[in-house]
Amino acid sequence: MSNLQKFRESTRKWLDENCPPSMRTTMVADEIVWGGRNAEFKNPESKIWLQRMAEKGWTCPTWPAEYGGGGLSKDEAMVLQQELQRINARPALTSFGISMLGPVLLEYGTHEQKLEHIPKIVRGEIRWCQGYSEPGAGSDLASLATKAELQGDHYIINGSKVWTSYADKADWIFCLVRTDFEVPKHSGISFILFDMASEGVSTKPIQLISGASPFCETFFDDVKVPASNLVGQLNDGWTIAKRLLQHERTMISGFGLSSGQADRGGVTSVLDSLEGAAKHYRGDADRLSDPALRDDIARFKIDSAAFAFTSQRSMEETKKGGPNATSSMLKYYGCELNKRRYELLLRCLGSQSLGWEGDGFSEKELQVTREWLRSKANSIEGGTLEVQLNIIAKRVLGLPDLLSLSKK
Amino acid sequence: MTLVLNEDQLMLQGAARNFCQKHTPISQLRKLRDNKDETGFDRGVWKQMAELGWTGMSLPEAYGGFEFGHAGLGLVLQETGKTLTCSPLISTVLISANLINELGNEDVKQTLLPKVVAGELLLSLALDERVVHQPRNTASTAAAEGDDYILNGEKTFVLDGHVADKLLFVARTEGQVGDETGLSIFIVDSDAEGVSINRTWMVDSRNAANVSLHDVRVSRDRLLGSAGDAFAALDRVLDIARIGLAAEMLGSCEETFARIVEYLNQRQQFGVLIGSFQGLQHRAAVMYSELELCKSLVIAALNALDDDEKSPLDRALLASAAKAKLCEVAELVSNEGVQMHGGIGMTDEFDIGFFLKRARVAQQFLGDAAFHRDRYATLSGF
Repeated sequence: MSNLQKFRESTRKWLDENCPPSMRTTMVADEIVWGGRNAEFKNPESKIWLQRMAEKGWTCPTWPAEYGGGGLSKDEAMVLQQELQRINARPALTSFGISMLGPVLLEYGTHEQKLEHIPKIVRGEIRWCQGYSEPGAGSDLASLATKAELQGDHYIINGSKVWTSYADKADWIFCLVRTDFEVPKHSGISFILFDMASEGVSTKPIQLISGASPFCETFFDDVKVPASNLVGQLNDGWTIAKRLLQHERTMISGFGLSSGQADRGGVTSVLDSLEGAAKHYRGDADRLSDPALRDDIARFKIDSAAFAFTSQRSMEETKKGGPNATSSMLKYYGCELNKRRYELLLRCLGSQSLGWEGDGFSEKELQVTREWLRSKANSIEGGTLEVQLNIIAKRVLGLPDLLSLSKK
Repeated sequence: MTLVLNEDQLMLQGAARNFCQKHTPISQLRKLRDNKDETGFDRGVWKQMAELGWTGMSLPEAYGGFEFGHAGLGLVLQETGKTLTCSPLISTVLISANLINELGNEDVKQTLLPKVVAGELLLSLALDERVVHQPRNTASTAAAEGDDYILNGEKTFVLDGHVADKLLFVARTEGQVGDETGLSIFIVDSDAEGVSINRTWMVDSRNAANVSLHDVRVSRDRLLGSAGDAFAALDRVLDIARIGLAAEMLGSCEETFARIVEYLNQRQQFGVLIGSFQGLQHRAAVMYSELELCKSLVIAALNALDDDEKSPLDRALLASAAKAKLCEVAELVSNEGVQMHGGIGMTDEFDIGFFLKRARVAQQFLGDAAFHRDRYATLSGF
């Protein structure tokens, strides 16, 4: 038996003994575990599941064991992923520390920084948020103006961020700040970490078209941050910022992947597959009676399957190098797919998809309405679809950059 | 199963690429077209393809083949798509040889397949009867008479029909138009009495014919498989062919796109390269993304053909997904091929028009995007 086969057997056995029953059911939105100082466990078994997984480092399977990670090879991690899928296990922990900060900290951080932050990410003890966009720096992120001034062994930070996801719930922030105003805009940015409990930090949730408030405005008023919290070289933060964006795009493209999962033959409850929803709400038995809807659903499902194969292929091809410019392609396509799926879902449900609140609609139907509105952000957050297409044109296709003239 | 090519496959792909660039560049297709060549392809090149093993790529060793899998032939077809290579690979090897291998008895296979592998026998499937592909709508008839069958029917879009030595003629031994049951396949000599073949000059300069059978008498041993239940096997082989065709279309799209990007990086207007315009960049980036999906789908579908764990339904879903997707993207990319080249793209002297013409013929052959989305939905239970 190969080592990988042995690993699969021992993993299967361990999961069998350690994954609580309710953790083997499809995740529901309000039971997602984000961790942090004020972590909420609506389902008590999710706390047990997190503790057991974190102990093995399997919340971050490929991170070095030295910092609390699982220390698994890519192949072993793939086996673990397959075995988790096999029992429909929920993710034990979801966090921006895992999907965004951790990978770049491991690449660019000092040993001390890793030792301080990585284990807490693995165990879900600290919840991170991302300080990137500013009121005047959206797609043109590099024009950001939040200022960090060195005073002795501290930086004093002033400015504001916007679209900071869950800033009101986060413990720490990884933040882009301007440390030099005299040089071209890309060359004066630094990447710094600080505690959201620091004096001078305040947040204000923003209500969105979906009614929810996952994003915040975040304000920094003379926030004092130890100079040792700077990651990488001073004024070289843009390199780290871009790398982190690649990880973010890979994560967001996963929305497209998971949104179509049921439509690729996963779960089949009424609202989980488009054709299931169409049949239920329109009273069709086998064949959908609306030929245009039927054709559009088939097209979506084919694209969704092709996208899943593409994600798999991209993963196999980048096994060594980590995410690269193809992450922009996956981000662009995955987000468009997710948006398409919600538009189709609206057509399947008809007017039952258009409720806002009240008894006229089931909880699930109201959720569809809200999620449809939420999906519109997919092609804006993490770099708009237009920015992704720019990146593909320049980085992948090597087309000339007319904007480079105005970058000075 | 992995979606990345292995060493052997990469070598085969490289060898096929070199061969096509050297022996079947687009200038060869142009010459065949301009000369109204009687054969419509180069028999010398066909012989060389046979020597390279392309004719036996997916066939069992027992009949002279090399068992390199359907994926192997698919990779070759992808390369022939890049140079718009004109050869009987699709009609004779991809479709007919696979059909004989799937349905024929030992005797038929031993007699015919080694000749295909040697490049000595050309075959063609005579299936479509109307302007759109729909196998179950076959109306041609085969009536039993003593030890013989009497065949009648009109066929169209018969690839390489004008040069094929034998036709695989799909006819109805029972049932009504629209039924899946009742279909049978007969091996008919092209020069048999009552067979008339008219070459049709297609827009892609590739070879096809209209075939008409009028009271053609064949003996019972010319029946491929048993009478009346050929549909399932035919469909399985058509799926192999649809996936192979999707691979060829992918090659053509990749080449068209490469030419587009090259032109964007070379043509100047308003004092700058037109590739610096965002309006064109975004369209190129969208095409790139669509092509990445096409590549993954084609590899996955080819692999499924060689994977014993995949069921005919799995393969049928992948075949229809691949053909539907490639039809859509081929239309997009071939249109952009002309548009993004501007005026020069409209000229016959420039090659890009050949890709547009080939794309449309390939789109319609073996079912267009709408046919395959409909089939995909039906197979998926909606």
